[in-house]
Amino acid sequence: MAKVVNLNTNSLSAQSDAGDGSVAEGPRGEKPKRVLTRRNIILYGTLIVVALYYLLPLYVMVVTSLKGMPEIRLGNIFSPPVEVTFAPWVKAWSEACTGLNCEGLSRGFWNSVRILVPSVVLSIAIASVNGYALANWRFKGAELFFTILIVGAFIPYQVMIYPLVIMLREIGLYGSLTGLVLVHSVFGMPILTLLFRNYFASVPEELFKAARVDGAGFWAIYFRIMLPMSLPIFVVAIILQVTGIWNDFLFGVIYTKPDLYPMTVQLNNIVNSSQGVKEYNVNMAATILTGLVPLCVYFVSGKLFVRGIAAGAVKG
Amino acid sequence: MTSVSVRDLTLRFGSLEVLSSLNLDINEGEFLVLLGPSGCGKSTLLNCVAGLLDISEGQVFISGKNVTWEEPKDRGIGMVFQSYALYPQMTVEKNLAFGLQIAKLPKDEIAARIKRAAEILQIEPLLKRKPAQLSGGQRQRVAIGRALVRDVDVFLFDEPLSNLDAKLRAELRVELKRLHQNLTNTMIYVTHDQIEALTLADRIAVMKGGIIQQLDAPLTIYNKPVNLFVAGFIGSPSMNFLKGQIEIQDGAPSVRLGENLMVPLAGYDAQGTLSDGQKVIFGVRPEHLTLTRDQTSGPSLPAVVELEEPMGADSLVWLRLGDQSMSVRTDSSSRFSPGEEVVITFDLDHASVFDADTEERI
Repeated sequence: MAKVVNLNTNSLSAQSDAGDGSVAEGPRGEKPKRVLTRRNIILYGTLIVVALYYLLPLYVMVVTSLKGMPEIRLGNIFSPPVEVTFAPWVKAWSEACTGLNCEGLSRGFWNSVRILVPSVVLSIAIASVNGYALANWRFKGAELFFTILIVGAFIPYQVMIYPLVIMLREIGLYGSLTGLVLVHSVFGMPILTLLFRNYFASVPEELFKAARVDGAGFWAIYFRIMLPMSLPIFVVAIILQVTGIWNDFLFGVIYTKPDLYPMTVQLNNIVNSSQGVKEYNVNMAATILTGLVPLCVYFVSGKLFVRGIAAGAVKG
Repeated sequence: MTSVSVRDLTLRFGSLEVLSSLNLDINEGEFLVLLGPSGCGKSTLLNCVAGLLDISEGQVFISGKNVTWEEPKDRGIGMVFQSYALYPQMTVEKNLAFGLQIAKLPKDEIAARIKRAAEILQIEPLLKRKPAQLSGGQRQRVAIGRALVRDVDVFLFDEPLSNLDAKLRAELRVELKRLHQNLTNTMIYVTHDQIEALTLADRIAVMKGGIIQQLDAPLTIYNKPVNLFVAGFIGSPSMNFLKGQIEIQDGAPSVRLGENLMVPLAGYDAQGTLSDGQKVIFGVRPEHLTLTRDQTSGPSLPAVVELEEPMGADSLVWLRLGDQSMSVRTDSSSRFSPGEEVVITFDLDHASVFDADTEERI
């Protein structure tokens, strides 16, 4: 009888006679959390070791770039700078010499920007329309077209370097920025088209049908229905393209000429110049400067990137 | 006057024929339901009428105009989808306005039409919201509104209530029927739910394998199904099918369901076409049988109670009849216990006899 009453009354009275009934005994409420379990130690220990392993080179680079040459010659690469100087950064950006040219990395930076922006815009614009057409307008031969495009993604691109040189030469674009933009756009096409096709294919088909009944055509559906829904996948595409094109070295060195070399090529030329003393601090500063753009892109859009990668499950 | 008319429509996906020379005439203002199991081609047929699928052969007429090659927007149709298909980035108002803006209607006309549709469907407070902020029932109302503002002759519904829970489905079903009574547009409605079909339709087209099996008023389909498939598909709990053999004695046919189990077919429509020894399937619905403990007048058979399923308003009693099993719907006030011996009385007005080989109604 007492137990029945116990169950029906509020928790206060239940607590008061917790000792007598089996129901009221034992643990209740939130399970206490222990911090130092074996699992936690192993988990966080591993994470910390891995993080250190990746961060150490960056640390060395930053530290070295802030030291003067006399300090570097002491050889303590892990010690923080005694006297912080930004002179190596200034030199790397605007004074370092490659051959006869002594403008530093700045010229390469602007070349890279002039390559990057049109390449990213062009490749994503075309690939998104490609993906949309392949996913939603099943035209005749769409499967074949798509297969060919995907096969293109698996052919090692080194195979195509020389033929592309000849083709660019024939149309008069060899050694120009336009030529390189074209090459980057073409090489981005398979993977970007695949990306967009899969994204648009995950958009409910009925949405597309509803828009057709509403009278929207190919472009109206693309711009007014599909585009506003696909911010995450555009962010993914932009990140892929920005990092890919910015970090490219091979195409830059092959399809342009010294005046138009992108930043990566210029960095290589600064770091590998065989004349004079090796200025480690300048080299480190130059390398960090070159890597800054992709780094910023990741920091700014990291969250959106993850969301876009996981965006198969968009519900209408 | 016919509103929608489909002539010899054939649709092939590669070598697979999904619809084969299908003919269908739908009268103006009619509520026609396409009913069938999944994969029977009912949604495909609707998409062909809408112009969302290119047909292989045949013609489609809407309001007397040949629209076989027309774009969906030029066919004078509005369509409502199972997944609502609202544009997620637009507010309800913009969802409704989208098609009208594409058609370049003047602004005040668009506003007037949205206002009217919102009033009819009682969605005025929702106009500024986005679809994600609406419940399932509200979304489907908006989707119906999007068809409504188009001011068209023919509404197409592709399983519009299938994503809703049971209670909401029943509510919206009533609303749809009311809407049809007020608007008097032609409506074509695809569903696999026979209750929706029976309650909403003026006529039901039962489909299977890309072919219309029967096209009739709901009660005709319920009472006089043309074949075993239609008989089994319509009705819940489903019709009892008992294997039997025709025996004709003194010109009066009866069906033998087992040893000492004879049901005389006096009063059945097509007695004349039955032949002695013909193998048949005798079909009778659980609600057309009466269960008693004593012998009664009329055709009746003895049976043994197997189990009882109480369902609130009534109960379903499962019986063994010889070596066959069947169910009877009874008043929930009279309880039966397993193993009890009972008597079944048949209502032959509502029974069906099917040929065992062709599965067609006799």
